[in-house]
Amino acid sequence: MSTSLRNNGAVALALLAAVLLTLGLGLALLWAPEDADQGSSQRIFYIHVPVALTAYACFGWAAWKAFRLLWKGDERADLESYTAVHMGVIFGVLTLITGSIWAKISWGVWWTWSERQLVLFLILFLFYSAYFMLRYSTEPGPRRARTSAVYALFGAVLLPVSFLAIRLADQLLHPSPIFTRDGPQMSASMFFSFCVCLAGMLALAAALYTIELTGKRADANLRELRERLA
Amino acid sequence: MSTGDRYLAAAYLVLFGAVLLYVALIALKLSRIERELAELARLTRERSGG
Amino acid sequence: MTGYLADVAALARKDLLVELRSRDTVPAMLLFVVGALVVFHFALPDDSSGLAAAGMLWIALLFTALLALVRSFVAEREGAVIDGLILAPCDRSAIWLGKTLSVVAFLIFAEAVALPAFALFYEPVSWELVAGVALADIGIASVGTLLGAMAAAARARELLLPLLFLPLAIPLVVGGVGATLAEDPARYLGFLALYDLIFAILSWASFEYVVTE
Repeated sequence: MSTSLRNNGAVALALLAAVLLTLGLGLALLWAPEDADQGSSQRIFYIHVPVALTAYACFGWAAWKAFRLLWKGDERADLESYTAVHMGVIFGVLTLITGSIWAKISWGVWWTWSERQLVLFLILFLFYSAYFMLRYSTEPGPRRARTSAVYALFGAVLLPVSFLAIRLADQLLHPSPIFTRDGPQMSASMFFSFCVCLAGMLALAAALYTIELTGKRADANLRELRERLA
Repeated sequence: MSTGDRYLAAAYLVLFGAVLLYVALIALKLSRIERELAELARLTRERSGG
Repeated sequence: MTGYLADVAALARKDLLVELRSRDTVPAMLLFVVGALVVFHFALPDDSSGLAAAGMLWIALLFTALLALVRSFVAEREGAVIDGLILAPCDRSAIWLGKTLSVVAFLIFAEAVALPAFALFYEPVSWELVAGVALADIGIASVGTLLGAMAAAARARELLLPLLFLPLAIPLVVGGVGATLAEDPARYLGFLALYDLIFAILSWASFEYVVTE
């Protein structure tokens, strides 16, 4: 994809994200009905869950690009996979923060081990942080690209395995759950607002991803130029 | 404003702040790239005899 | 097929013979795991439940395994043996399988001492615990060998390997502790077997991508 086409794509995505997110968050705050049980503080669900799903999407995209690198030998997929992991970690941290705020709202504590989504994201955060350590301490080259790709694929597999492990751990260590949260019984208007927010969050991630990728490619080109000229 | 609403606002502000922070970081990166590009252009000009 | 298995056997035998002659890794693992069990006594309050002791055992096993994994590739690097192995006309994944088998062997030696020590210091050891340890060994060795190869190409390898390993080890700890303590250990043992299957296949298949230049 040529640079100008990609930059136009970034602009389009950014505008789309702006429209969708503004609309979505407006709907979430002003139009969607209040939750019967939890009141207005439940509305945080309109940020927290889309951010979490977007993080999953980023890690999935990273794994897809990693697979393309290993299977087809598509060298450009290395930067794409790396950028996707970067985006995933950013949204993952946001998930942890918004999740923590939601825990504070619901139960008065900043952290609880019985909230499975939060624990999963903590594990993923540890895993993908190690991804960056791996990249930074390996010499750039095809070997680093392939090693990072294998690690990103492991991450995608770890996701469901960890979730299963967390469920098993919960049953073992918290046999009588103190903190439970029923999924919100969503009316149609709540669901619609949620979907708009989700679409907006995904568009935001896509826009940031494209911009970040352009920056990384520019960096790589500059480094190559510098080496040629030096 | 109830406590719950306060935290809700905090969550939205965190998201907003994160995006703005990201914009700032990208802007920094952009200026660094610009500087490097100018430097490399100068080097090329010198190479081809000014 | 027999050529492949012969390669694997030769590679595993090589690692075991090296260890037999140098006697670096296994004695260190034995001392470390017993030492860790002793330290835990001072870290746990007197009225701790069996849960705490079992948890501590698994932590000790994990870190002992890390000792073995870090050493597993150090010897290669020092002798640049791994380049020779890669040039050898064997399937790269055979290297993974050979190394994994030798790591499992080292772990079994260490556990042959660790589990009786645990039974002596803390609590009797049940069959479920032994089964859990055996299954976890496979998972630790599989994933650890692959990650060791990844870390071997990097700076600060000894720091990197634990960082890469610990998140992936979390499901193993859950399975292991669950097998020890739960009412229906079969579920946790089944989970360990699932983990082993998935990650062993994944590690086996991706080893060659990680090791070639």
